Amino acid sequence: MSNKILELNNVSKIYGELKALADINLSVNAGDWLSIMGPSGSGKTTMINIIGCMDTPSTGSVILDGVDISKEDSSSLTRIRRDKIGLIFQQFHLISYLTAVENVMVAQYYHSMPDESEAMEALEKVGLKDRARHLPAQLSGGEQQRVCIARALINSPKILLGDEPTGNLDEENEGIVVDLFRRLHSEGVTIIIVTHDPEVGDVAQRKIILEHGKIIDDIDQSATFGEALKLRSK
Amino acid sequence: MANNRLRMYMRMVSGSLIRRASRLVIAVLAIAIGATILSGLVTIYYDIPEQLGREFRSYGANLIILPRGDSKITRETLSRLENLIGKNKLVGMAPYRYQTVKINEQPYIIAGTDLAQAEKNSPFWYIEGSWGNSSEPEKVMTGHEIAQTLNLKLDDTFTIQGVKYGERAEASRQDLSAQENQKRDSARQNFHKKLTVKGIVSTGGAEEGFIFCDIDMLDELIGDSFRADVIECSVIADAAELETLSSRIEKEIPELQPRAVRRLTQSQDIVLSKLQALVLLVTVVVLIITMISVYTTMTAMIAERRREIALKKALGAENKLVMSELLGEGVLLGIIGGALGVFLGFEFALQVSLNVFGRAINFQIALIPITIAVFIIITVAASIIPVRKVMDIHPAIVLKGE
Repeated sequence: MSNKILELNNVSKIYGELKALADINLSVNAGDWLSIMGPSGSGKTTMINIIGCMDTPSTGSVILDGVDISKEDSSSLTRIRRDKIGLIFQQFHLISYLTAVENVMVAQYYHSMPDESEAMEALEKVGLKDRARHLPAQLSGGEQQRVCIARALINSPKILLGDEPTGNLDEENEGIVVDLFRRLHSEGVTIIIVTHDPEVGDVAQRKIILEHGKIIDDIDQSATFGEALKLRSK
Repeated sequence: MANNRLRMYMRMVSGSLIRRASRLVIAVLAIAIGATILSGLVTIYYDIPEQLGREFRSYGANLIILPRGDSKITRETLSRLENLIGKNKLVGMAPYRYQTVKINEQPYIIAGTDLAQAEKNSPFWYIEGSWGNSSEPEKVMTGHEIAQTLNLKLDDTFTIQGVKYGERAEASRQDLSAQENQKRDSARQNFHKKLTVKGIVSTGGAEEGFIFCDIDMLDELIGDSFRADVIECSVIADAAELETLSSRIEKEIPELQPRAVRRLTQSQDIVLSKLQALVLLVTVVVLIITMISVYTTMTAMIAERRREIALKKALGAENKLVMSELLGEGVLLGIIGGALGVFLGFEFALQVSLNVFGRAINFQIALIPITIAVFIIITVAASIIPVRKVMDIHPAIVLKGE
């Protein structure tokens, strides 16, 4: 039995005359850590929006956890996203008037049932238990991103999807976040991250390079995976 | 478990309002001002009839009670009448007994009344000097016309004389001297009393041709018990209420014949209905303005919170769930603004009442839930269109990385 968690088959996204994605074929196994890299306008965000059920392809199919999401309507996509995807954003996007723990609970609230103790555990996992009652404005960028990761993980998603998750962080915080990804990966979480940062891209198990909406390179970094992480940790 | 969801919902809604208070001050103010004016005007609307009724009582009695047939009104009937009308509705109730007397051998009419009640009934009378009172019964008020005829001024004295109740007047006898005739007049069947002018009454009406004195003094003078010819009542009531009251009086005290002074009650009703229509119109305008204000505030708020809404949708919130949160905020705004408005509105109504009518008003407890409910409805109604814009927010577009 295949352990493919995600499959993109001849996926294209066309905006007028612009082909943001052109015949993309990609499959990701459960537990993989994939980096998507490429210059601006290469189609990274379009791809992650489609994988994250926030957009649909113009052609082709996207199989997420055995379900073809390419033909689903907006309401079904919302439900699938809620159940299967954990999103991390470059700008963190925490709700400003809710505390860290409440921000994590929001994801629980939309998914099923808010549970403060579980949310606290998630924050503890990202090292922010003692900052749980702080508002986002009282947290550093790195701390905010860790809250964002805790929020993304709280519903045990099939895929953790990050759009430039370290783009707004300094080097130290970038290290903390990457280290967190490493730990999550070791626990079996599937991670797909869009990044500009080669250092972040290199620590993934696998890296694809996009250009003009096409995958121009698909690099298996399994061999150097552990080394890169060690270097990164240092 | 469902409690956890409700608790989280409340945390989100209240958190948004409390921690974003500075941004919502305008919305709360708009609602509070609307609620202030609404509750204030409603208070005034319901208080106007009473206040205006009291104002109209300054124009004199609005209910005249006559005895049926040739009988007179006894004190016992007067007391029954007072109980039937109710003391809280009565501004004044003055019984009048009219008696013909002679002054310098010329006939005049003296009206015995309860001077304190007559003063309450007729505050528009212009009195030179002052009103008489029962503690100094020999000090009376004369009409302006009588004062002019008899050349009376304040503190002047004059003597009235007449025939006692039930006695017959006898003509002067030609065969007796003037002194002997005077002696006869002073006999048991006649009365005479020296009175002092305490006040001169000017009304521009028939009252100027009367002498007003204390009714008990007059009764004693003519040697009879209390028997009134008419009772003038000043009642706080509109035309319809007066009609009802008249019917009740006729039914319960058949020996009396009530007559409402239509000239006054109709004027009162016309002014009242116009004032109430005006208040209603202003209230409706205020409600519309409040709705527009809430609408624009909610529209601006949703535009400002596009990212937050997009994020919630990205996290898996369905449109209706996000809309319910925003409407929940609207409800909470309605509650806060409405509650503030109730109390400010009462203060507003109180000041209006004190300045316009010179009287305080009572706080209506029922206004609290009514105003809050009205403003919840207004806020929710005004929020529906802006809140529906949530459906147009696409997380992929709004949350696009930079």
